[in-house]
Amino acid sequence: MAWFKKSKAPLPKASDKKVHMPEGLWTKCQNCQEIIYSKEIERNWNVCPKCDYHFRITSQERLDLILDKDSFVEMDVELKPKDFLDFKDSKKYRDRIKAAIKKRAINEAVICGEGTINELPVMVAVLDFGYMGGSMGSVVGEKITRAIEHAIDHRRPVIIFSSSGGARMQESIMSLMQMAKTSAALMRLKEMNLPFISVLLDPTTGGVTASFAMLGDINMAEPRALIGFAGPRVIEQTIRQELPEGFQRAEYLLEHGMVDMIVRRSEMKDRISQVLRMFFKS
Amino acid sequence: MQPYLDFEKPLIELETKIRELKQYSTTDTSFSSEIEKLEKKAEKLHKEIFSKLSRWQRTQLARVPGRPFTLEYVNYIFTDWFEMHGDRLYRDDPAIVCGFARLEGEPCAIIGHQKGRDTKEKVYRNFGMPHPEGYRKALRIMKMAEEFELPIFTFVDTPGAFPGIGAEERGQAEAIARNLREMAGLKVPVITTVTGEGGSGGALAIAVANRVLMMEYSIYSVISPEGCAAILWGDGGMAPQAAEALKLTAQDIDALGDVIDDVIPEPSGGAHNDPEAAAKNVKEYLLKNLNELKYLSPDELVEHRYQKFRAMTRIQE
Ligand SMILES: [Zn+2]
Repeated sequence: MAWFKKSKAPLPKASDKKVHMPEGLWTKCQNCQEIIYSKEIERNWNVCPKCDYHFRITSQERLDLILDKDSFVEMDVELKPKDFLDFKDSKKYRDRIKAAIKKRAINEAVICGEGTINELPVMVAVLDFGYMGGSMGSVVGEKITRAIEHAIDHRRPVIIFSSSGGARMQESIMSLMQMAKTSAALMRLKEMNLPFISVLLDPTTGGVTASFAMLGDINMAEPRALIGFAGPRVIEQTIRQELPEGFQRAEYLLEHGMVDMIVRRSEMKDRISQVLRMFFKS
Repeated sequence: MQPYLDFEKPLIELETKIRELKQYSTTDTSFSSEIEKLEKKAEKLHKEIFSKLSRWQRTQLARVPGRPFTLEYVNYIFTDWFEMHGDRLYRDDPAIVCGFARLEGEPCAIIGHQKGRDTKEKVYRNFGMPHPEGYRKALRIMKMAEEFELPIFTFVDTPGAFPGIGAEERGQAEAIARNLREMAGLKVPVITTVTGEGGSGGALAIAVANRVLMMEYSIYSVISPEGCAAILWGDGGMAPQAAEALKLTAQDIDALGDVIDDVIPEPSGGAHNDPEAAAKNVKEYLLKNLNELKYLSPDELVEHRYQKFRAMTRIQE
């Protein structure tokens, strides 16, 4: 999603970044390096009890955390991405799709549907970073657009949880166009005076940040989440300068006026509920 | 002489030879048949090279230093031009030029990326890579055009939005996102022409239009071939392969059917060989497209633009 200078050193693939999930009996926190009993982390919202580091969680875990029990009704479950360009790098896109579906047991990198938060009906979309880095191709764009249009038709607030490397390269120009499509849908939502909460999670960059994720009436972020337009490596290579401490972290965005609040995972549901009730009369 | 590209080298050599012979032939007429022969050969070679350009070669053409930039198109196509500066928030960004002018006498707004010619101007224009204030200036002018009921013409030619500390601090992502949303709601005709490089979000931020046109040798892509190669191949040097995979040429995108509306023909060898002729073609297409949009009411224009982008979807059956 950005202009790269030719580099000799190969960049690690965004999608290869290990999502540090607590597994096994003990987990080493990647932030404070403490070895912690896994159950203790799980009980603590997948947040490190020693240093407050927020581990990445799956989209399903996110929904469980935010929505009232058994309230979620998923929409557009069947929609799968299409390799309409026959895109091939070291792997074929169609094989990457198959692998992602198998790995994550979902058809695309976003889950959308209706549910309730403390009994308030909402439309919710959660990007799944484990599915091709949560990247936005035309089906992700389509599902998010449909979710927003559904919210308009049924007068529901919209909440989108973003964690994404940006637009999906394998769908080239069609991925780019999803930025316009989703943002246009938000224009309509705004005209209908329906609130939109964007929650930016670790990490949110590129074409997702530069479209719907930055357009919340309220932008929330989890502590220390990496949020930006260009990735830090790209910036470093372009300006050949070391980046300041904490650059592009949630706290930095709060300081520079890009997000309204940083919300800890344990408080997320109640905070969203509080905010929505301020603006939304059902 | 215009700077030339590697794949044009045999052609340039031939043309140089013809020019030299022509100089001699003023004193010696025996060269004339030889010249004629070489000219035919050059013509054939030109056709050969340009009929089978790779996507990487087309990418190089889209970036060729002599290509006309926004201000040249403004000069050739419009009259009565005056430039507007600044986003009223932070500063003026020279990587995007904005202003008002007349097209065949009718007032309109113009917004476009601007690259530089010499080293000094390239730096001044930041190589056509805008900061957030550039996008915010563009939005200010678009809103003004809407207020005064003027059509908007945008010209896209950027490697991408600038990735830097200041750009991030001042909300590059927010500036682009806001433009996407606000452009979707503009109640005046918007016509975008991709003249050179359509570099990802930095291009799209001024390209949510009723009509999107691409010059014959322009490109439009979600990421630069170099960036794509660095990420997917682990080697920026694989850019030619990435360009092939991305299918980023005007012809590729036209073939998708629903992303662009017209491909504007360029003079032989590319717009840089005859900027005035290139501009003449652009003007013709701008007038044609504006005429077709004239019959839409403000609300219909918004609906038309919404449906255009709404339809861009590819789903596995
Ligand atoms: Zn820790």
